[in-house]
Order: sequence, then structure tokens, then C-alpha cells
Amino acid sequence: MNAPLTTSSFTSQADVPALHFQQASFTHRGHALLVPTTLTLSGCQRTLIMGPNGAGKSLFMRLAHGLLRPSSGHVSWEGVPPVQAMVFQRPVLLRRSVIDNLIYALAVKRVPRRERKALAWQALEKFGLAALAKRPARVLSGGEQQRLTLARAWLLTPSVLFLDEPTSALDPAAIKAVEDAVNEFHQSGTRIVMTTHDLHQAKRLADDVLFMYGGQVLEHTSAERFFDTPTSSQARAFIRGELVW
Amino acid sequence: MSASDNPFYTALALILGMDSDLIDIVVLSLQVSLVAVLIASALALPVGAALALWRFPGRNGLIVVLNALMGLPPVVAGLCVYLLLSRAGPLGSFGLLFTPSAMVIAQVILVFPIIAALTRQQVEALQHEYAEQLRSLGLTQLRMMPTLLWDARFGLLTVILAGFGRASAEVGAVMIVGGNIDGVTRVMTTSIVLETSKGDLPLALGLGIVLLTLVTLINALAHAVSEAAKRRLG
Repeated sequence: MNAPLTTSSFTSQADVPALHFQQASFTHRGHALLVPTTLTLSGCQRTLIMGPNGAGKSLFMRLAHGLLRPSSGHVSWEGVPPVQAMVFQRPVLLRRSVIDNLIYALAVKRVPRRERKALAWQALEKFGLAALAKRPARVLSGGEQQRLTLARAWLLTPSVLFLDEPTSALDPAAIKAVEDAVNEFHQSGTRIVMTTHDLHQAKRLADDVLFMYGGQVLEHTSAERFFDTPTSSQARAFIRGELVW
Repeated sequence: MSASDNPFYTALALILGMDSDLIDIVVLSLQVSLVAVLIASALALPVGAALALWRFPGRNGLIVVLNALMGLPPVVAGLCVYLLLSRAGPLGSFGLLFTPSAMVIAQVILVFPIIAALTRQQVEALQHEYAEQLRSLGLTQLRMMPTLLWDARFGLLTVILAGFGRASAEVGAVMIVGGNIDGVTRVMTTSIVLETSKGDLPLALGLGIVLLTLVTLINALAHAVSEAAKRRLG
């Protein structure tokens, strides 16, 4: 990857406000998908949310990002909500060309019209997509599409970046590209909140781990402690690679 | 069957003869239907998209009514517009009855429900895919509307063509509010009705073939434009 965008105005890590879950729960049609949860995400860390399918990882992220409201309790930022972006498991791209997808994000952000093209090209070059600029976004390969969603997120200059299993459908080279991008976001002062199934990926990326099981956050500790001395039996089994569901 | 009784021969003769009456009729038909579709689209695309994006009490009822109005009989629409525009009607003072404007109004009423109802479906399907991403980007529903309408453009072109099909094919409404006045409000479909009742079946069929050819040409043009854009943009 090339030099960081000069125009990006990332906030320093001290500026990323804390996110508080206060007895936040989520219920859908009588099923408790997230039991009342109280925790705080702070600092500029890479938080990896782990756990089996249906544990509530994606739900937790959507509550954190504000796409869903908790059924009870509160999810709130300390102070002004920061700029956020989210990368989804299946890339959602507009039916337009690659560069138009980026220009669209800049338009949404109300970047002045004459600056949009140059910024979009910088992001394309940064994420190795310049040769594909005029191609329809939706005919790109899975890895290219996910790189494009990362480039789009990059242009939003988020303080917090949510990623919902961004690599689950990708090959190793594409996974590497996504992980490199995640680290670059992090180095620019972005808090990372990411779900994954992949234990090795979590070990590569995580500063701290949030382990979920059956709609509960069972552990929220530093990555080191989580992988060395997990406290819950479910997490121990998960780390050993046993089927815990 | 002599040559002049053959409807295809008649159609060909009509086209090749460049009969000025025929050209007037064709031009007026296209003008009325295209203007009606244009106005109906301008109203129905945003209404359909809004119906797809907002949840409000009575929304389902509105969707059912709109879907039902897709089957509104043209003569009923024509009758309603006739009552509105007739001298004694609430809009009688504008003197629009038996003018092309009245025909446009009647066709807008016929085409609007088709475009609005089908747009609602198309935009709702696309919104299903886009919703989380667009909300993640911080878009309000109002700002989502142009995005979704633009990204649904290929589907919506077919929707608009369906509306155009309805407008160009109907006869009941333009007959009632236009009056089939020679040189003023006579269009292809009303001419066909007239020639049929006069017993000049080859001419009626010939006019029918001309109408069908025109509609096919417009659809082919729209299809070609859309395919070219699709290849370019995916």
C-alpha cells in the first residue's frame, strides 16, 4: 500500500470517544438475542468479536453502530458520536462504476464536488484498484469488491470502523489485503471492531477479544489473556477448536 | 381478396403514402401518450419510492388501492375526467374538454398507478439489499430516494414502458374526453374504432399494424439503450 492520504484528517486515538452498553438487550419476537449487557469499548484498539454462529456477534455490531436500537437499556457514545463506517460480510456496492461508488460516498459526506474525483483516485491507488476504476463495481471479484468497500470506508475517514466477518468468503491473498487494510486503519488512529470465525485471524489482529455465546458476552479481555487463560468453558472449547454450539 | 382489402397492403400503403391525415393522427397519438407518460413518471417515481421507504399508518391500504387502480378501466377514468372537465364540472371553466390536454390528463390517471405501484416494488426490493449500507453511510430516507431510483433505473425503464403500453393502447378514455374530433383529437386507437364501425376493416387493421409497429420501435429503442447502459455499468 502506498503513502496514506494527505487529505485524511484522522483524529488521534485519544479523541475516539468511548462506547457504553448499559443493560442493553435485544429481543425479537420473544427471543432474547442479546441478554442485558453492560460494557465499554474505549481507546483505539482492535477489538475482535468471536463466538459461534448465532452467538449475537453481528447483532452486537449493529447495535454498536446504531443500525439497530436496543429493546431495552442504552447504547451511547461518550460525548459526540464519532464518524463511523461499516464493512459488511457481503459487500454492498451500488450499480455504478468502481470510481462512481467512491465519488458517491464523498457526495454523501458533502465533500465539495471539485475535490471528489482526486480523492477517489487516491483511494483507488491506495487499495490497488486504479486499473478497475471504470469497471462496473458489481462484476468485480469478491476480493476486489471487499477492497472497494474498504476504500469507500477509508474515504469516510472514520474514527471507528466496524467489520462484520469481512473475510469469510475470500481467498488467502484477499484476506491478507483486508487484514493489511485493517491494520492501516488502526495505525491511522481508527478503532477497529470486527467479528470473525477465524481463530488465527483473531490472533493476528486482536488487541482485545469479546467472546460471545448464546446472546451473552462471556468474556471481554485482552487478546493475550483470552488466548492463554480463557475463563469460560465455552471459550476454552472454542479455542481448542471444539464444537461449542 | 383484392390488394386493397389486404390489411398489410393497406398498412404499407398508408405508411408509404405519407398521408398527411395519417401523419397528424400518428403524431398526436405519440404526443398525447408520451407527454402523459412523462408527467405520470415525474409524479409516480417519487411517490412509489416514498411508499417503499416510509412506514406510516394506512400504507398497506394505499398499496392495495394503487395495485387495484392498475386495473382501472379506461372508460371509467375517462368518465371521471369528463365529469371534472365538462362545462358544469369543477374544472369546466378551463375549457379543456375535447382537447388533447384532456386526453393527456386522462392517460396520466391511467398510467400513474402502474408506474407508482411497480416502482414501489422495484425500489423496495433494492432497498432490501442497500438499506444497511446506506444507513451506515448516514443517509436519511429522503436522501436514499434518488440513490435507489437511479440504481433501479434498468427495472424502472421497463416499468415506464409498461405505462407507455397502457397509454398507447387504451381507447376508452381518449374517446370520452377527446371526442375523436377529426384533426383535433383523433388518435390511432379512436380512428381504429371509427373505421371498424364504418366497416372499413382493412383500413382499421392497417392502422392497427402501424400502431403496433410504432410501439415496437419505441420498445426496441428503450431496450437497446438499456442494454448498452447495462453493459457499460453492470
